Amino acid sequence: MIKDQFHDGMWKQNAGLIQLLGLCPTLAVTVNITNGFALGVATIFVMILSNISISPIRQFVPEAARVPIFILVIAGLVTIVDLSINALSKPLYDALGIFIPLIVTNCIVLARVEAFASKNPVLPSFYDGLFMGLGLTLVLIILGAMREMIGNGTLFQNLHFLIGDDYKFLTIQLFNSDHGFLLAALPPGAFIALSSLILFVNWINQKQKK
Amino acid sequence: MTPLDSPAIKKNMSISLIMFTVTLALIPALIAQIGFFGLQILGNLIIGISFALILEAVCLKLRHYPIKPFLKDGSAFLTAWLLIISIPSSTPIWVMLVGLFFSIVISKHAYGGIGSNPFNPAMIGYAVLLISFPKIMTNWPSAEYFDFNNFLNFSQLFSMFVSIDILDGIVSATPLDKIKTALFLGEPINNSFSIFDQFNAYQIMSIFYLIGGLYLMIKKIITWHLPVSLIFSIFVFSFILNQINPDVFMPSLFHLMNGATFLAAFFIITDPVSGPTTLNGKIIFGVMVGLITVIIRNFGGYPDGIAFAVIFMNIFVPLIEKFTQPKVFGYE
Repeated sequence: MIKDQFHDGMWKQNAGLIQLLGLCPTLAVTVNITNGFALGVATIFVMILSNISISPIRQFVPEAARVPIFILVIAGLVTIVDLSINALSKPLYDALGIFIPLIVTNCIVLARVEAFASKNPVLPSFYDGLFMGLGLTLVLIILGAMREMIGNGTLFQNLHFLIGDDYKFLTIQLFNSDHGFLLAALPPGAFIALSSLILFVNWINQKQKK
Repeated sequence: MTPLDSPAIKKNMSISLIMFTVTLALIPALIAQIGFFGLQILGNLIIGISFALILEAVCLKLRHYPIKPFLKDGSAFLTAWLLIISIPSSTPIWVMLVGLFFSIVISKHAYGGIGSNPFNPAMIGYAVLLISFPKIMTNWPSAEYFDFNNFLNFSQLFSMFVSIDILDGIVSATPLDKIKTALFLGEPINNSFSIFDQFNAYQIMSIFYLIGGLYLMIKKIITWHLPVSLIFSIFVFSFILNQINPDVFMPSLFHLMNGATFLAAFFIITDPVSGPTTLNGKIIFGVMVGLITVIIRNFGGYPDGIAFAVIFMNIFVPLIEKFTQPKVFGYE
């Protein structure tokens, strides 16, 4: 059961590449690994908490009013995450900007609550939130790495926002950023990078079928 | 007395012959470009076109299409040529190859190959390069006068392998760029330079594009609708702006003779795949490209906006064609 859920979240029903849910943050914030990772972790946090807080009340939620109730719970949790990131790392909070509050409108959170947590017990819902979130985080990190590397010539830029100023040495400069391929850092680059990833995944899936 | 051609009978012109004629029409401007900027552009063309043809062949092979007939239609050849003459000849070779990759692979084959591409491939490649490498793309080698020695200086032919960075001091801004800078610094443009005492490389190349384009019109490869409407539109809109405030907006003649006006009018927007096919549609397309170009040149952040204008209007081609379908006689 857990194994299936893990496989679903990471590959078979990957939120970023197969379900194509939550594209707004996926495309907007992944200018580097740090941003992708931080937003991914925030999303995991929200998904786990929303799944396990909605699963126990699933019998009491009236069918007709379920979406507003779900959104209200998610909004409360997102506010907690938003304020926590603001308290923990101000530069990161500024870098992610509007996209932390916007987790509330992220389709993937509502989709998992609606499709899974409102129909399943607490423990499977917990794993669902965790693995779906991990799958999305993985995509965010890969996208961030691609765009950072091609657009700016660096890796792990701004990582010290997360783990302290002592770790500034972690930023790797691959080549002179004067020759960066700016398009990759701009919104069109996000679309092209994501579509190449989807192309790659579909190609593997097709090969496996044969 | 020989009878005149019947207007209803189409001359049977093979695609290869059309391609040859279009190339012939581009040759005079190429000669001017070599005379001003050196032989490097020729080396760029040789390497770039070979690379584009290889890319095209690889894509056709991957998509299980016959390679030879599609290579012979010359679309990759012309796309590569138009892209390479649009970018500065001092561009590092890898930047040029990136542009060609976007032209051939992303904007053509990813959309389904020749005939299915919604955007002009050469302009997509150019826009990608302009957005990604603004510093490289706006630095043209300085060209003061036409020098016949440039044709014999064969060491320049493959100098793109030697120089990786552009050397400072041998580059200069294009006239459109100078205007942008002057306006940015708040100087009145009339003080920057007069348009007539600097009858420079770009303007002479423009004239040669005009001559090549007229040759294509005489050969009936392109109709008059697109070029005339674009040129007319740029003329009228920049004339209006110039009348409003001549200190800020350059006169019409300047906008016609500089930038890619004639190149775009005769060789770029006449692309039969991404442009409109109805005659009224062609006129609307040309006028709108001209209007957007004038807006970008006078109010935008980039010195020349024809590439963006063409891509932008390509999006509207299906809509334009929907509303300009000619009525078939006999139908209501």
